[in-house]
Amino acid sequence: MSDGPAEVTYRDALNQALREEMQRDDGVFLMGEDIGRFDGAFKVTRGLLDEFGEQRVVDTPITEAGFTGLGIGAAMAGLRPVIEIMTVNFALVAMDQIVSNASKIHYMFGGQATVPMVIRMPGGAGHQLSAQHSHSLEAMFTHVPGLKVVVPATPEDAKGLLKTAIRDDDPVIFLESEGLYGKKGPVGGEDDLVPFGQAVVRRPGRDCTVIAHSRMVWVALAAAEDLAAQGIDVEVIDPRTFRPLDLDTLAESVRRTSRAVVVDEGWPECGIAAGVATHLYEACFDWLDAPIARVNSADVPMPYARNLEQAAIPQASDVVAAVHAALGREAGA
Amino acid sequence: MTHTAPAAQPDHDGMRAMFRAMTLIRRFEERASDEYMAGRIGGFLHLAIGEEAAIVGTVSALRPDDPLTSTYREHGQALARGSDPRAIMAELLGRATGLCGGRGGSMHLMDRDRSFYGGYGIVGGAVPLALGLAWATRYRGGDQVSVTMFGEGAANQGVVSECFNMAGLWDLPIVFLILNNQYGMGTPVERAAAAEDFYPRAAAYDIESWKVDGMDVLAVRGAVAEAARLARDERRPACVELLAYRYRGHSMSDPDTVRATEEKERWRARDPLVTFERVLLGEGIMDAEAIAAMQAEIDDVVADAAAFAEESPEVPADQLARGVYAQPWNDDARGSALVRP
Ligand SMILES: Cc1ncc(C[n+]2csc(CCOP(=O)(O)OP(=O)(O)O)c2C)c(N)n1
Repeated sequence: MSDGPAEVTYRDALNQALREEMQRDDGVFLMGEDIGRFDGAFKVTRGLLDEFGEQRVVDTPITEAGFTGLGIGAAMAGLRPVIEIMTVNFALVAMDQIVSNASKIHYMFGGQATVPMVIRMPGGAGHQLSAQHSHSLEAMFTHVPGLKVVVPATPEDAKGLLKTAIRDDDPVIFLESEGLYGKKGPVGGEDDLVPFGQAVVRRPGRDCTVIAHSRMVWVALAAAEDLAAQGIDVEVIDPRTFRPLDLDTLAESVRRTSRAVVVDEGWPECGIAAGVATHLYEACFDWLDAPIARVNSADVPMPYARNLEQAAIPQASDVVAAVHAALGREAGA
Repeated sequence: MTHTAPAAQPDHDGMRAMFRAMTLIRRFEERASDEYMAGRIGGFLHLAIGEEAAIVGTVSALRPDDPLTSTYREHGQALARGSDPRAIMAELLGRATGLCGGRGGSMHLMDRDRSFYGGYGIVGGAVPLALGLAWATRYRGGDQVSVTMFGEGAANQGVVSECFNMAGLWDLPIVFLILNNQYGMGTPVERAAAAEDFYPRAAAYDIESWKVDGMDVLAVRGAVAEAARLARDERRPACVELLAYRYRGHSMSDPDTVRATEEKERWRARDPLVTFERVLLGEGIMDAEAIAAMQAEIDDVVADAAAFAEESPEVPADQLARGVYAQPWNDDARGSALVRP
């Protein structure tokens, strides 16, 4: 076998991005619960305390609103904080800081201050963590002008998008997936930045466009394999960022295939899939041969029991069924 | 530029400057009240009339490069920091010439050039920002002190306690100023707080803290100078509770019927401008003539600011979506998440 580019995990890809950007810019510092001595709840910050010291890798008390706000203030003063919130579920207690301060400060004060910060946090369900630890809150953050919202699905994007996020002058909500930390793949080098606002085609196809992000990209790709075996050729597109959103790439595909399915681990009401579908209706109505189908988590608080949890989360089979529906076929036909 | 920290006791020039700043705040806000009644100012308008000693005593004790943050009741902080009264009034009227280009209004003044990091509308919400400004100072090895003013109502917010804890834990160069005007909108302190005093809450987090008469500008100046010294020279956070009273309702829309007349009169009798004027006259620092001349000069400044604001152009509508992002991805006048060519 010829040796391709070295494969690293999504976790280590993030770690590389942090290390490289901290080496590049001494205004970059990390702050969060258990990120130093403990290497982070998901070990993303492993080794960084030893390399950069306590001033730049800061273990905080369990005080999300406080240290998120601290990061905003430090960013206003020109530093580049990367705040780790242990999981997205705990961002809810920091929501006021994110929505009322981080997203508003540049506009509200007439451009006198900027907030160049990143808030990293993993989310998603699938580990039987039940109702309070299984959120996918992309829609909440994407709702808010002034934030940028990034949702990497691969190690390469995790690294390249995080580097872009750290160098960006606006507050960036960087949503990782708990289910992807161990996922391996090639990553770019020190200067390989992945730009915001550029969707990527993960699998080209003719019959139906499937739009998915983060862990759902892999679910959609698995569904695409099953569908290929049935002679159905779907195109899988990963938006990679929701603010900004590359509607052009999505719409171009949908105009070609005339059918679309949007997959999103969040809830259905006013969710990401609903928002993307609305944009597609506005942009592609005359090209559509069928209603756009959505695949979401069930409209319930996440249950604990394994079978119920799996039933609540989008599965490849749900995507297959949605594509069948978009193609006007009976399931299994 | 290097700055020396102001002395705890101002000299005569300093006292005259403080009296001028207090008078400017009073007259400016009285005019703002008129502008509101005339329908030229929209939204909320929170006046700090009665709290001038707390504001000026504080700001006069700081270096001009000490980052300052405040609440929505912050016209006085901007004026005391030396922001242009024209730009402040224009901001209140929502004009293009306003301090924040008409985007913020009365509650959200900021003047970065004067290290005034803004007025914020979510009760308690700006305190962590001040902690971040203190963090940045220490990170860079600076000797500034971050100072944040908030109400006793805000002191009940959880995030304020979070900040006390981190400030005490990390010894950040920050001064917390609890401006206790004894009411959160219409709720008196005794109906909202389990204990009468607020400063001991900071003490519980290993922060030196005490209480002073917030109606006495010299007492405030001395206390804040000491608190800033602790933070600057000894690298320890400090907290001062300023006991004060506001003479107007919570905002212009509050008819102020909750507070007893007798109580209001009692505090009126301690008007910080009147008492400080008495000190200045009594010690021969200013005479009646000098005071009258200063007041006339301020009246001109305020009238000029109002005329400037009223004559200023509105913000062009095509600017609506400008400045949502420091690094925008398109030029869409209405704002949009979509990337457009
Ligand atoms: C989080 C939040 N809750 C409620 C309000 C509405 N509100 C605005 S000011 C205020 C009273 C605040 O009192 P205090 O902190 O003592 O400051 P003061 O207005 O007396 O200067 C309230 C309840 C708000 N702006 N933010």
